[in-house]
Amino acid sequence: MSQFITSLELFLQLSAQMGTHVLFAILGGILCEKVGNLNLGVEGMMLMGASVGFATGLSTGNPLVSVLAAGIAGAVGALIYGVITVTFRGNQVVTGLALTTFGTGVSGFLGQSLSGQALPETITNFFAAYTVPVLVDIPIVGRMLFEQSAYVQAALICAVVLYIYLNKTYIGLQARAIGENPAAADASGINVTAYKYLHIVAGGFLCGVGGAYLSLVFVPRWQDNITAGAGWIAVALVIFSTWNPLKAILAAYLFGILRGVGFKMQNVGIGGTDFKIPTQLLDMLPYLATILVLVFMTLRKKKENQSPAALGNAYFREER
Amino acid sequence: MGKKILALLLAGATLLAVTACGPSASNAAAESASAGESSSQAASEEAPAEGAGIPADQIKVGFVYSSAHNDEGYSQAHDIGRQAVEAMGIETAYVENVAETNEACESAIRNLIDQGCNVIYTNSFGFMEATANCAAEFPEVKFGHCSGYTTAENMNTYFGKIYQARYLSGIVAGMKTQVNRIGYVAAMPIPEVIRGINAFTLGVRSVNPEATVEVIWTNTWYDPAVEKQAALEIINTGVDVVAQHQNTTAPQIAAQERGVYAVGYNMSSPDAAPDAYLTAPIFNWDKFYTADVQRVIDGTWTGTKIWDGLETGLVDLDTLTANAPEGAQEAVDTAKEQIISGELHPFAGPLTNQAGEVVVPEGTTMTDDEIWNMNWFVEGVVGDIPA
Repeated sequence: MSQFITSLELFLQLSAQMGTHVLFAILGGILCEKVGNLNLGVEGMMLMGASVGFATGLSTGNPLVSVLAAGIAGAVGALIYGVITVTFRGNQVVTGLALTTFGTGVSGFLGQSLSGQALPETITNFFAAYTVPVLVDIPIVGRMLFEQSAYVQAALICAVVLYIYLNKTYIGLQARAIGENPAAADASGINVTAYKYLHIVAGGFLCGVGGAYLSLVFVPRWQDNITAGAGWIAVALVIFSTWNPLKAILAAYLFGILRGVGFKMQNVGIGGTDFKIPTQLLDMLPYLATILVLVFMTLRKKKENQSPAALGNAYFREER
Repeated sequence: MGKKILALLLAGATLLAVTACGPSASNAAAESASAGESSSQAASEEAPAEGAGIPADQIKVGFVYSSAHNDEGYSQAHDIGRQAVEAMGIETAYVENVAETNEACESAIRNLIDQGCNVIYTNSFGFMEATANCAAEFPEVKFGHCSGYTTAENMNTYFGKIYQARYLSGIVAGMKTQVNRIGYVAAMPIPEVIRGINAFTLGVRSVNPEATVEVIWTNTWYDPAVEKQAALEIINTGVDVVAQHQNTTAPQIAAQERGVYAVGYNMSSPDAAPDAYLTAPIFNWDKFYTADVQRVIDGTWTGTKIWDGLETGLVDLDTLTANAPEGAQEAVDTAKEQIISGELHPFAGPLTNQAGEVVVPEGTTMTDDEIWNMNWFVEGVVGDIPA
């Protein structure tokens, strides 16, 4: 039994690591969508962050500067998106898609000179997993939370802070108002354009930081297209988490768990039988779950679970 | 209205930037651009006479890579071969990060032919059909395709008997493991990978009959995060050596983080995980590419199937590091000599499958065809071949 618990603890610990970049990206997506902008450029911003963060790490050897640079790279990508969709009211879907292809190209271009290089120890040591004494002994979740890289814990703290910001502060309330009804928000004196820019850029920052988790901590090397589609999963999981930063933790870690279950399922049949779930099917689960959540949301019409009402629409002040 | 147009322009500019950053073609001999143009003429106009060689200064060799030329793995191993061809004084060019679709590969090949290439190598299994199509369309160009089975008058197929080197790496891993359990991070359930797992396992059990090799599938050749997760999952189950059939160093880095040992693949990579790295079965593609281009020069090139082993040095075991167990070097050297002399064949009987049934009886050896199409695990492998 204790052996089972140990392996479960190790499994959860690893799942949290596999969910961290996705968690940052979901949080970035939530910030952006809460002000009414659907950004499909998550993957692109993650890749920009991953490549710029890694390049900065190589040249400066400073972990925090690298993360900051990664965030700024993501934010710059988001800013391009913001200019096109907010100021020029371009189509959000098309712009987001273009941003993904753009970010992929930029990271591939930057990455040409980054392959095959190892990060300095100042960075790998800084982000190495460390153990919090006592707390790590909490059964089941102790290892998952307290024997981790600081990067993993930062993602969790980020989620909590965002939850408080969006749901418990006045500014957060104003931001949410824009996503629901920008005209009403505008009428009540909220600077819609400024809020949109701020949240889109901050969301891009988080996506960039998420991408850098892969290149700076998890892998930690530069490999072309290092995110391998994680950004798209994040876009889906934003919906799965019903735009709630706390549920985003669940969504991201569930994603990590599902990936891990895929590995576990390979050699073990279900309930001692020979029946096995193909890994391809397990790979589909995050998307299937998202579709199911969408269906349930539509059926139940529970107010707090709905997508921001004005999501995807450009705001024309003249049409108020 | 003006703003809308500007927005469209911006979006357009973004898209343009994207296309510009697509799969990058690099003319490795850019300095002789003018020479390249003239040889492009030669390639398209006058096909050389049957059986006659092509002078070295009229050859330009093109390479199509499935990943980046500096990916620390599969494609970089090929690119070292390209550099060796360049060192022969022959112009080369490559296209990297080519998707394994017919469209992408054919367009990469056309790109190289436009640059004047008259010998073209494509380095991944997924390029086979596209290479064959182009071979039919451009009879004056010589094609080589890596790891497939299709040949034509102007298309050969080449690969290394890496299973021989895997057998040797199994000897090292088998001597290293303390818990008699070794993990193996494997890409796709295809004969090439299965053959490698079997050869590795036979090597392991030649020195350590108690040991088992536990397989975990990633269903990807190239995804550093997934490869690392797979390696960590299998290390979590308690194995103390991890081998891989993957294109990145991620499994080795995972082993280093958990304080266990790793056997790499494709090319020497002792720096990625210095405390974990034992050795790796490696390809020395330079041995093949220089010999094959020489055959073009000599006029002895034919569209055949080439499957070289330790004897040509195309495949080899990387230099053992200080992490390798004592006595491993001697054991490897002996086995290597015996394989080259033919005294030892990894797939000589008796071989039993996972159920313990004898598949290859004592006294017989599997034929190259049987080895090439292997789709069952030998005894000692833990894991299934997914359908």
